[in-house]
Amino acid sequence: MKIFVCIKQVPGISEVKIDPKTNTLIREGIPSIINPMDKNGIELALKIKEEREAEVIAISMGPSQAEKALREALAMGADRAFLLTDRAFAGADTLATSHALALSIKKILNDSKKDEKYIIICGTQAIDGDTAQVGPELAEELQIPQITYVQKFELKDDDSIIAERVFRTEEIVVIETKLPVLISVLKQINTPKYPTMSGIIDAYEQKEVTKLDAKALNADKAFIGLTGSQTEVWKIFIPERKGEHIKLTGTIEEMSRELCQKLKEDKIF
Amino acid sequence: MSIRIDDELCTGCGSCVASCPYGGIEIIDDKAHITEDCNLCGACVEACTVEAIILEREEFKVKRVDISKYKGIWVIAEHYKDKIHDVAYQLLGKGRELADILKVNLTLVILGANFDNLLDEFSYYGVDEIIYVKSKILKDYYSDLYVKVLTELISKNKPEIILIGATPTGRDFAPRVAKRLNAGLTADCTGLDIDAETRNLLQTRPTFGGNIMATIRTPRSRPQMATVRPGIFKTPEKVKKEIKIRKIDYDFKEKDTVSKIVKIITKEKVTVNLEEAEIIVSGGRGVGSKENFKIIEELATTLNAEVGGSRVAVELNWIDNDHQVGQTGKTVSPRLYIACGISGAIQHIVGMQNSDIIVAINKDENAPIFKTAHYGIVGDLHKVIPSLIKEIKKVRAEETI
Ligand SMILES: Cc1cc2nc3c(=O)[nH]c(=O)nc-3n(C[C@H](O)[C@H](O)[C@H](O)COP(=O)(O)OP(=O)(O)OC[C@H]3O[C@@H](n4cnc5c(N)ncnc54)[C@H](O)[C@@H]3O)c2cc1C
Ligand SMILES: Nc1ncnc2c1ncn2[C@@H]1O[C@H](COP(=O)(O)O)[C@@H](O)[C@H]1O
Repeated sequence: MKIFVCIKQVPGISEVKIDPKTNTLIREGIPSIINPMDKNGIELALKIKEEREAEVIAISMGPSQAEKALREALAMGADRAFLLTDRAFAGADTLATSHALALSIKKILNDSKKDEKYIIICGTQAIDGDTAQVGPELAEELQIPQITYVQKFELKDDDSIIAERVFRTEEIVVIETKLPVLISVLKQINTPKYPTMSGIIDAYEQKEVTKLDAKALNADKAFIGLTGSQTEVWKIFIPERKGEHIKLTGTIEEMSRELCQKLKEDKIF
Repeated sequence: MSIRIDDELCTGCGSCVASCPYGGIEIIDDKAHITEDCNLCGACVEACTVEAIILEREEFKVKRVDISKYKGIWVIAEHYKDKIHDVAYQLLGKGRELADILKVNLTLVILGANFDNLLDEFSYYGVDEIIYVKSKILKDYYSDLYVKVLTELISKNKPEIILIGATPTGRDFAPRVAKRLNAGLTADCTGLDIDAETRNLLQTRPTFGGNIMATIRTPRSRPQMATVRPGIFKTPEKVKKEIKIRKIDYDFKEKDTVSKIVKIITKEKVTVNLEEAEIIVSGGRGVGSKENFKIIEELATTLNAEVGGSRVAVELNWIDNDHQVGQTGKTVSPRLYIACGISGAIQHIVGMQNSDIIVAINKDENAPIFKTAHYGIVGDLHKVIPSLIKEIKKVRAEETI
């Protein structure tokens, strides 16, 4: 069995700050990290591998620095890693991203045993784009079933899986489906383990990150990168803060009284 | 496909640098230069005041859709236990507005089993037409059946805009439908508008954890699809209107889906309904402890309000996950939102900024929350809240006289 894990390198955005003078993002010193939910994906793949004979393959599309994210996946225990990198992939929206990822998975499957079973694991969403679209679009392109927002997962037998999908705040649906399948995981599914020292050494000395460009994937330029995208960014802006901002003054009692008065005028009471 | 800077035109003003979310432009010797980090997103093209940045897209001989053949706005309803999700009503309100600008019909699409007697209700929400796809199995949500039915319907009827709630269900089928139709899809929008000239849908959404907003459009293809965050738009006032109902029966069998629903589990705990609350009192790190959170609850009880919290309050286990307001929590728009001991990080603000009135209680007069609040009280919440409760009770007592 093959387990593909799609990982994206993202800016560790909890540290993104806005420069109040210029209203721009301060990017200096922001580390790039593996999208947190994708790490949960790697952890799940490794857990399946403990139970079944399986090969864990990490795939990422991004600029050459994304190799670091793949090395980290290898250090955690992934067996192989592929980096889809080419200027022609740049500017991809989710349609174009999922197309490139699909091409790479098809290629890897083509080069392996015929009819080998496989599972694809994605994070439910990436913290930069936050779209949650790449997973389902990838599943659609490969014409396989999907289960998104997964918080619990179990291989039933060699042919099917059972997963818990969170679909409302109060409700969970338990779904059974057949392999091959794509699942997208939530962070509560597990706690990713840190790589071991020997894992890290292996990742750099024993294992490889294979780079694939548009040509290696035989990609039609009309469906990748900017040109293959249907959506386009038209404008980017820093969110404005609304409101009239009246600061109340006086003692605490006076301020409380005034606030109640204002809220009464505003017909809250 | 490339991005180019026309050195003749570039004045080195730097507005492109400010617009770039990837830090991919530098000013060297008074001219803009594109660096390795450029993601070709094109935000700088719009930002440039002298049209010195040119984004060139190669044109390929792919089948292009004839945009003029697509007309009308669709809202796809999600339901559970035979109740249509609130976000569908909210989308009908916004959808009506957009449909009036475009002078087209607004259509509600329901895939379900037991809605025959409920369809009339929608004649109050601005809908021109309902397409009701009926099949016993559609009582529950099945990814593959939704995708099949919707892509068939869309291909046949050619709506120009499709709006879907950005719920786990909407975000499960919408991308697959978009992929099958090779249509553009914008996720989790918080603002929608029409560019009247091109009829393009302008879709605004937060990215980078809400730190920046992006307006996205889908100029070259149709339909334009968007999932929209629940709680952003208001449910419209009820006004009766003539509607047309189209019922389509599908004869699906269980074997038509590859997935099987084993069971649906409802968590027992009664959860809060922040999205519908009229008043919310929220606490953050400034509350200090789980014990102290009682004071927030007391203020909420006095106001007949729901209790919310910042992510920090949730992470410290002072309050349950379901109560979190913000980017990764709920988006709320009550009539009154009182933020107590919350600093006002942008991720929190995006979840509550649409509230009618925002009150902030914070001891730090420079806390960013005061920039969003309509009324601010600088002070220790442990002293302010009890005093406020007293005053509210007084006002209430006066009213009953
Ligand atoms: C991807 C991402 C998603 C996020 N999503 C969310 C989200 O959904 N919701 C959310 O809330 N946050 C979210 N955050 C976190 C957000 O960035 C902030 O860290 C968080 O909102 C801060 O919570 P806080 O205001 O309670 O705490 P702090 O920022 O620590 O602020 C505490 C405030 O309380 C005041 N205070 C202290 N003592 C008192 C007192 N006695 N009386 C009055 N005031 C007092 C202080 O002056 C301070 O302003 C997210 C972050 C990231 C990176
Ligand atoms: N460039 C990429 N390379 C590899 N995987 C990706 C990429 N973009 C998105 N993904 C996968 O798709 C998931 C959802 O991403 P998104 O749709 O961008 O929110 C991520 O958690 C990843 O598993």
